[in-house]
Amino acid sequence: MGVVFYLISALAVGGALAAVLLKKLVHCALALTLAFFGLALLFLQLDAQFAGFVQILVYVGAVAILVVFAILLTRGSEVPAEGVFSKTWLVGLVIAAGVFAVLAWAVLQAGPWLPTEAAAPAVTVNDIGHALMSRYVLPLQIIAVLLTAALLGAVIVAMHEKERTK
Amino acid sequence: MASPLSGYLLVAALIFAIGLAGALTRRNAILVLIGIELMLNAANLNLIAFWRYGPHPEALTGMMFAIFSIAVAAAEAAVGLGLVISIHRHTQTTDLEQMNRMKG
Repeated sequence: MGVVFYLISALAVGGALAAVLLKKLVHCALALTLAFFGLALLFLQLDAQFAGFVQILVYVGAVAILVVFAILLTRGSEVPAEGVFSKTWLVGLVIAAGVFAVLAWAVLQAGPWLPTEAAAPAVTVNDIGHALMSRYVLPLQIIAVLLTAALLGAVIVAMHEKERTK
Repeated sequence: MASPLSGYLLVAALIFAIGLAGALTRRNAILVLIGIELMLNAANLNLIAFWRYGPHPEALTGMMFAIFSIAVAAAEAAVGLGLVISIHRHTQTTDLEQMNRMKG
């Protein structure tokens, strides 16, 4: 639990807070990128190099750009006059605070039973590749099918229907 | 805070709660998707933290869970944003409080 952990956590939590609280959607997307980057650094801090770099590639590289594209395509950069929070924002805030209270209580209660310092696992990308190709090959194939279906579905859903109204 | 694991779990719980609050309180559909992405990321952080401090990290179970979860989240983001663009084309708005067509 060094200073580095607190700095990275502050980066991730601050980015998440800014992504939820800022008024302009483009600023929210940039803050979201910051939060993703902080989470990738937390993964690296946990000796999960592969997951950290996958996080940077997929989230900072692809999902953040996708969100920015969606904001620009829907003209979402204008701040609505009636405010950015819904009428029932207090209920949502209470629910979120309750969920955090329960989770934090559970973690703090479990504190003495959690494992203490463990040696960094010696897992290389080579091992991950072997596991993906042997033990986890069926989930890998299912994910491949899912990604193909999602790609086709996203294209079909967002495609412009030109001639149907005639 | 004796174990380093509890620090990571608390950060994950905080980010999850922030994402949930964003998904429940914002009016814009894209912001709701951003909140969902934050919640998924918090779950991934939990998986990686338990993998790192678990008894058998060489079995790679938590790591595989996190990687597959990242792939599913990417697919979900693509479909969700496609839906938002499609709804915007039909109704010219992304405000969730004006999307009440299916209201009885």
